[in-house]
Amino acid sequence: MADDQVILLDYWVSVFGMRVRIALAEKEIKYESREEDLLGNKSDLLLKMNPIYKKIPVLIHNGKPVCESLIIVQYIDEIWNDRSPLLPSEPYQRAQARFWADFVDKKVAPRGVLWKKGEEQEAAKNELVETFKILEGELGDKPYFGGETFGFVDISLVTFSCWFHAFEMFGKFSMKAEFPKITEWAKRCMQRESVAKSLQDPKKVDEFVVEYRKKSLGLE
Amino acid sequence: MANTSSTHDVKVLGAWPSPFVIRARIALNIKSVEYEFLAETPGSKSQLLLQSNPVHKKIPVLIHRGKPIAESLVIVQYIDEVWSSGPSILPSDPYDRAIARFWAAYVDDKFFPSLRPIKSAQGEEKAALVKQVNEGLVLLEEAFQKSSKGKAFFGGDRIGYLDVAFGSMLGWLRATEKMGEVKLLDEAKTPGLVQWAESFCADGAVKGLIPDTEKIVEFAKLIAARMKGSGSS
Repeated sequence: MADDQVILLDYWVSVFGMRVRIALAEKEIKYESREEDLLGNKSDLLLKMNPIYKKIPVLIHNGKPVCESLIIVQYIDEIWNDRSPLLPSEPYQRAQARFWADFVDKKVAPRGVLWKKGEEQEAAKNELVETFKILEGELGDKPYFGGETFGFVDISLVTFSCWFHAFEMFGKFSMKAEFPKITEWAKRCMQRESVAKSLQDPKKVDEFVVEYRKKSLGLE
Repeated sequence: MANTSSTHDVKVLGAWPSPFVIRARIALNIKSVEYEFLAETPGSKSQLLLQSNPVHKKIPVLIHRGKPIAESLVIVQYIDEVWSSGPSILPSDPYDRAIARFWAAYVDDKFFPSLRPIKSAQGEEKAALVKQVNEGLVLLEEAFQKSSKGKAFFGGDRIGYLDVAFGSMLGWLRATEKMGEVKLLDEAKTPGLVQWAESFCADGAVKGLIPDTEKIVEFAKLIAARMKGSGSS
């Protein structure tokens, strides 16, 4: 695999880009990271590699693009299958991992609590709280969502942990008070180098959210 | 080797109109797995469904040896991995798998949602929706040409993951054409897909599962009437 060329088209604060960073780090894959100017001009390479959605992350492996973060993570797991498995090997557990990662994409990723106002924001906040209740229950007393080892579901959710403070600010609730297990789990994940190096500083995320609300959405 | 699991081992909770349920059934057929089909009554959710899929409370749910699996594409992948001695559903090459997963997600995230509002839309709004669906079909035609490499299916010689993910939508696609009085699958624009649709519906694993267009149209009218009616759930 020494001749592999791996490029990641990314954006510094993207939770989806962070998922791929973590997966690449877990597998110790060398890659070139290219920052896209998403709020300005998207690069020709991005438009060529992801013409359907024009979004990051895009993994370009030996010139061929893979899009959609969870699809990329599975691809990475399948290509570099000689080390640090990210998905369980047993089919039922694999199905559960895919189910919960999909749940995170459907219920956590939209982050309506940050991007809406008034009644819509309140409804989004309530849905987010319900979602975290379900996740808190699913995690239970396990160290990670998959059990003893860090894996696919953890990767799908942990990137949002640097956004937790922003959720708290705009949703007016406390992650630690309401979801102590998830809070501990996030700290545990941060002890992994792959996670610590991939996540963004929460203060910078907060600043981004405030600025994006103002400039792009016209919200205070 | 004969399939040794009894019908009790494998159950599918579903309903005939749902394209998502059809996916699970086609996948089981590909693997020649016998199963018990437990039909949900439209408008109500059984105790078994609520217990088996407490998170989303939706069909399909596959119950294998008492353990539930939800989300149609998760189910299809599970079926492929468990009954590994049967014909493969996902491509064997990881890159081809990533492409198949990408387009299956596109069908769920973009294509199917763009189809649904057409039947009750009017005028300019309808024209815009139809344009969107047609653009999607052109993209899927391109994907078909690349993926099939001259063969009959997205999966090549045999139906595979993307055939199942997209083909399951054909009943509703045709019903939408009828209800919206619009042509969507067009020989001129998407000749590959037109041919593929015929081959797909005639495939042994699919036969009988894509409902008649008329039945879906009736069902859609029933649902619309119920929603406008007394409001009882």
